[in-house]
Amino acid sequence: MAPWHTSNGVLQATLDNGLVVLLRPMHHAPVVSFWVWYRVGSRLEAPPATGLTHWVEHMLFRGTERFPGPSVHKLVARAGGNRNGFTSFDYTAYFETLPADQADLALELEADRMLNARFDPEAVEAERTIILSERAGNENSPSYRLREALLAAAFPGHGYGHPIIGWEADLRRITRDELWEHYRRYYGPDNAVVAAAGDFDPDHMLERVVERFGGLAPRRGDAPANGASAPQRLAAAGRRVVVTGREPVAYVQMLFPAPPATHPDYFPLAVLDAVLGGAKAMGFGGGATNRSSRLYRRLVAGGLAASVGCSVRPTVEPFAFAFSATVRHGVDPQAVEDALWREIEAVASEPVSAAELERARKQTQAQFAYSADSVSSQGYWLGFSQVVATTQWFLDFPGRLAAVTAADVQRAAQTYLRRDQAVVGWYQPERRR
Amino acid sequence: MSPTLPGPDDIAHVTLANGLRVLARENPTTPTVVIDGYLHGGAVLEPAERTGLSSFTASMLMRGTERRTFEEIHDAVESVGASLGVYSGRHAVGFSGKCLAEDFGVLLDVLGDVLQHPTFPADHVEKLRGERLTQLQERDNDTRSVASLLFRELAYPADHPYSRPIEGHSETVTAIGRDDLLDFYRRTYTPQGGALVVVGAVRAEAAIAAVEAALGGWQGPPPLAPTFPPVTLPAGVVRRERILPGKTQSDIVLGVPALRRSDPDYHAARVADTVLGRFGMMGRLGENVRERLGLAYYAYSSLEAGNEPGPWTVIAGVAPANVARCLEAVEAELERLVSEPVPAEELEDSKAYLVGSLPLRLETNQGVAAAVLDMVWYDLGLDYLQRYAGLIQAVSAEQVRRVAARFWRPGAYAVAIAGPERT
Repeated sequence: MAPWHTSNGVLQATLDNGLVVLLRPMHHAPVVSFWVWYRVGSRLEAPPATGLTHWVEHMLFRGTERFPGPSVHKLVARAGGNRNGFTSFDYTAYFETLPADQADLALELEADRMLNARFDPEAVEAERTIILSERAGNENSPSYRLREALLAAAFPGHGYGHPIIGWEADLRRITRDELWEHYRRYYGPDNAVVAAAGDFDPDHMLERVVERFGGLAPRRGDAPANGASAPQRLAAAGRRVVVTGREPVAYVQMLFPAPPATHPDYFPLAVLDAVLGGAKAMGFGGGATNRSSRLYRRLVAGGLAASVGCSVRPTVEPFAFAFSATVRHGVDPQAVEDALWREIEAVASEPVSAAELERARKQTQAQFAYSADSVSSQGYWLGFSQVVATTQWFLDFPGRLAAVTAADVQRAAQTYLRRDQAVVGWYQPERRR
Repeated sequence: MSPTLPGPDDIAHVTLANGLRVLARENPTTPTVVIDGYLHGGAVLEPAERTGLSSFTASMLMRGTERRTFEEIHDAVESVGASLGVYSGRHAVGFSGKCLAEDFGVLLDVLGDVLQHPTFPADHVEKLRGERLTQLQERDNDTRSVASLLFRELAYPADHPYSRPIEGHSETVTAIGRDDLLDFYRRTYTPQGGALVVVGAVRAEAAIAAVEAALGGWQGPPPLAPTFPPVTLPAGVVRRERILPGKTQSDIVLGVPALRRSDPDYHAARVADTVLGRFGMMGRLGENVRERLGLAYYAYSSLEAGNEPGPWTVIAGVAPANVARCLEAVEAELERLVSEPVPAEELEDSKAYLVGSLPLRLETNQGVAAAVLDMVWYDLGLDYLQRYAGLIQAVSAEQVRRVAARFWRPGAYAVAIAGPERT
């Protein structure tokens, strides 16, 4: 095993089978949050098998030889704990948050299902209808339908271009064997990160992780590369995607190409995001408003939109800087799009003020402090940052953000938020004849 | 009992001369502070033809004061990475905020300002109305929200405020004038009987002194005490369905008006609800409707015990073709809960969860503040969290069956469905 490496209260080790272990002791409450992150997300899928990763995640809640069916939910709940899992573009994550004296249960369950999930055919079929129902629920939302269409237009043939849940036709077609293959291919200690935060002694916790996970065999194949390429042009750049439907409220969304989390330009873009769209809550229990942000003032206070926001998501591969607005009743979506363009052009042509930079710095500092209030938030951030970048990336985040200058922000706006690179989407109510 | 549970020994508690109760619990482990509080008032005091008035009024408080414009209020809060909100509940106006400990003074100053000196700027009345009307249009086209709205209309008498949505309807929100807002604020906002909790990295005495400085000068009358029409259980199945064209999934809300928080059956009902639709993966409903039949992505239950009898509901999202099968499965689970005592092991499981998950609920400053406020609002005593395990453990299988039978009578419930046309 590689020796302990300690940074800012986080202890890191790599087991001989490749499993990365991140531990943050926190003693403010008698609870532990234990996470396992796998470096597999929907970006590694393609039609006609989109949705495999998310479906595999569902199957990992369907039991193993040792812990069949729903018995596992009961074990965790009986211990006073919560558990869940989720799938994204770049990763699949699972966690249990438990009273500290019950934490061993999380290690036992997660080590077991890393290699021993059953994929019973009947459970696969039950999950097919459950996931189709989950997808139908998403499709009930017009802004979801617009986003799906926009991503498909911007990233054709790329893993970021299809919905994480998968296309309906693929969900109706996928077989049990394909799910099993996907699991065998991507699940193993050499493609996983354990992140735990809470009330434990780190040496003792590491011993227990070694005991439970150390004997698991690594996969035979290679882990997908975590490489970061240069920002790319969006496929439908300069185009407008229009989705129509029966719901009466209109939406405008815009995508611009953005670099991956590890790219040096990510930090100026994060400041740009804060200046335009306001502070972002960091995962679990953040809570932030954006009423002093530029976009809110122009669009919502300006009477054009009911809500507005932007985001630059940290990703493994180049993804997007995204804008979204809910068009206020009676307003033309064109007026909302024009107002977004005016704000984008303003931030590209004039440097942001010292006060705006200071505000972004202080907001980040505050959000970091809030997230340290919760073991679940810490477990989330440690693991998340390790799979999209490195844990050090997360620990350095406030410092890297504070070092961003007004010139950096302006250059980032000029480089990335260009008209000829944008994909614009409108959801509009159908005109009934 | 575990010394880590908040209780009378570590919750400082005073009542200011104006009748506002202030509570504080120190937590020095992170440099943050949370405030959470309520004033008596809320949507139960608004007339039916002005549904949404209380919510509109609460949101207007952050839109301008005698000392600050809308921009200045939000600049003050957001520039230090803090957050602050005022919102209406059914029986109370709530407020909550969060900041770094160094900015506690700023947060309290703004809170004191918005609660005592709002000006209801006319231009913001119209801005907020425009945002609300758009949000209401979204709500009225969302299957889950619509099923919830219809359920309340079916389950409560038309003259009961629980039959109406806190955020209002398009017509009633359109009818609200600035005079209505000013009048509602003047008539119903008062510190008397209200409470404010501070949890975080601030000394308790300092926290209380700062709250007194910010809000101690505020004077107001005793809170209004509304009366409510009686609530009765449905005599049979009351059903309403709304078609929302273009949708792909149907949402179902099925339930009854159940009990008050002060009801002696409350803890038994809490255990019954956990068995029915919460334990593990959504309890028996999750196991049967989701896991076994694969009918729904979600199927769970919810018990809201309020000052008045709150709804006990089953909520499910299903493919339109599966609505009937889902309802049959839900009825079967309700029938089982009413007719058979919960087996000993299953009962122990649910009780172990309710008791054992307390440390998770109390992990964060926000969680502690919410739990303390709950003890004050429902008059449970500041030792309630320490007595809680005993209260849950004392619930028997027969009590669970009885409380279920009290509210879930065979073939007697309200059910609302919203979704696409079913063929």
